[in-house]
Amino acid sequence: MYAAIAVLALLGFALGYLLGVAANKFKVESNPIVDEVTAMLPGSNCGQCGQLGCSAAAEAMIEGRIPVTCCPPGGKSLAEELGRKLGVSVDLSGMDGPPKLAVVREETCIGCVKCLRACPTDAIVGAPKQIHVVMQNACTGCGACVDVCPTWSIELTPEPETLRTWRWPKPLPVAA
Amino acid sequence: MKLFRFRGGVHPHGHKLLSNQQEIDVLPLPRRLYVPVQQHIGVPAQPVVVPGQKVLKGELIAAAQGTLSAAVHAPTSGTVVEIGPFTAPHPSGLPVTTIIIDSDGEDRWCDEQAHNTDPFSLTPQEISDRVAAAGIVGMGGATFPSALKLHLGHKQRVHTLIINGGECEPYLTCDDRLMRESADTVIDGVRIMVHAIGLEGASIAIEDNKPQAYAAMRSAAEPYPEIRVVRVPSLYPMGSEKQMIQFLTGIEVPAGTRSAEIGLLVHNVATAHAIHEAVRFARPLVSRVVTVSGGAVRNKRNLQVPIGTLVQELFDYCGLVENPARLIMGGPMMGQVIPHTRVPVVKGTSGIIALSQRELGEMQTMPCIRCGRCVGACPVGLMPLELMARVRAADFDGAIDYGLHDCISCGSCAYVCPSHLPLTQFFNFAKGELVTRDVEKRKNDYTRKLAADRQARLQREAEEKKRAAAERKAARAAAKAAKATEQETQA
Repeated sequence: MYAAIAVLALLGFALGYLLGVAANKFKVESNPIVDEVTAMLPGSNCGQCGQLGCSAAAEAMIEGRIPVTCCPPGGKSLAEELGRKLGVSVDLSGMDGPPKLAVVREETCIGCVKCLRACPTDAIVGAPKQIHVVMQNACTGCGACVDVCPTWSIELTPEPETLRTWRWPKPLPVAA
Repeated sequence: MKLFRFRGGVHPHGHKLLSNQQEIDVLPLPRRLYVPVQQHIGVPAQPVVVPGQKVLKGELIAAAQGTLSAAVHAPTSGTVVEIGPFTAPHPSGLPVTTIIIDSDGEDRWCDEQAHNTDPFSLTPQEISDRVAAAGIVGMGGATFPSALKLHLGHKQRVHTLIINGGECEPYLTCDDRLMRESADTVIDGVRIMVHAIGLEGASIAIEDNKPQAYAAMRSAAEPYPEIRVVRVPSLYPMGSEKQMIQFLTGIEVPAGTRSAEIGLLVHNVATAHAIHEAVRFARPLVSRVVTVSGGAVRNKRNLQVPIGTLVQELFDYCGLVENPARLIMGGPMMGQVIPHTRVPVVKGTSGIIALSQRELGEMQTMPCIRCGRCVGACPVGLMPLELMARVRAADFDGAIDYGLHDCISCGSCAYVCPSHLPLTQFFNFAKGELVTRDVEKRKNDYTRKLAADRQARLQREAEEKKRAAAERKAARAAAKAAKATEQETQA
């Protein structure tokens, strides 16, 4: 009986030690999913989701506090990708319509360069006392520039429909 | 020649006799022409004229931008009155940049004496350069720049050239009439292409519902044994590139592959005619044959029409018996609905079909009964009913698994569906959604990179500032120390 107790005790100590070593050696600094989801998000920390930046949003999404559809710059494709990643079903119904992009109203822009500094993706081009312009292909529609403009000259407007962006609509509902 | 088969296909009523009995008629020159800068797949051409400028027929008015683009030429002589947005020949009715030209009625070419060159003394590169300069695009409706296709041809070891005279779409007879009336020039265009690609020969495939065209082409090709004229059965969609390849060679173009990548090229007969004009006579593509047909048209016929003519002018010339219930540019199976008659004819316009209410018929959509007729009709071998179920549920990944990317939007499934379900419309919608998502994804990747770059730049700037401040501090300290020692020595 003593032999059995000794063997089991030894085994217990040895495995426990191994587990202890492994826990130290393979320590996980933070939740890897958070890092992965953060990498998928736009990274412009615009705050349209109501969170403090993209990594906070990633955490909130993983905990289920906010839906995966909360990122307007990411659009439908990002929402679907996130849904796949996190294994949640995605309701895209609220995401229809063209994306909104910033447009500078040239009549009232005074060229103060405040928006240039605020833009997280360097999408606004300009110089002091020159009218600024938004490069539409780099704008995420985050609205950071709208808040800093002293003359309310920047507006988020839906992207105009062109032959390049036009798509066939879904056919009208048919009998099931 | 051994022929093969492709699966599926349908036999829609041809309605060819409506318009193929009369010779190609030349439309009287319209007073005003509306020439869009984008009449092809790819990058829009850039206008090189200004309003008020006088232009001659065939003069370059918009230059190609890069290789996947096509030049645009003045279809007649006259004055440019405006360059601005005008309704595009597209179901959306959205505008496209259009060069509006008032004709002076003289129709004078920019080079009066047409110089006649021997195309067989030119190198392949020179030929594809000339084709590019003439702004030729695939005239069967796909409007892919032809020069690029030829260029691919002498780069990628093409082994087979097929000339598509299938014209499988109902109502359309423009290629039929062209082959009957200009068989020699079409054959010449084919020979030029064969020379440009460096092939031994080519096959011209003509559906058996065009016996006169077949006979004309056959006799025109008699002196050239390398050109084979092949009669193929009338089966829709025979004129589709991949299906034609499969029928003639037995090779199925793999999913996600262009036929040129596996050494096969398909060109339309009208494109061959345009290449003949461009290479032999340096005439750019400024007009084309258009079928005007459909139950609402009085005199159904084929017309030689300058590019940029409004559809309304065609109807004014041919006459209407009733208000068209639907206007279609191209054939009724794969053509595009156009919003009204004030849209211009472009390089890819094979026909203008004005359908009457009677032809349209009453279509009551019913539930899918899973009869499988669409599966039998699909020329690609897909299961349209399963695809549609997934698209309706917005399960696009599932639809891709069922082969959405291989769908050629030929409309065979919707044609045979006893429940009149708009299958093709569902697939077009799904393809559009996928494109939107792809565009979004690429933009996200781009902006993510921009944001990361900005963060890195801000960090670098902060570090530089810190370093500069430290250096200044050190310099000040050194100066102070030097002053102190100076004072000491003085004392």
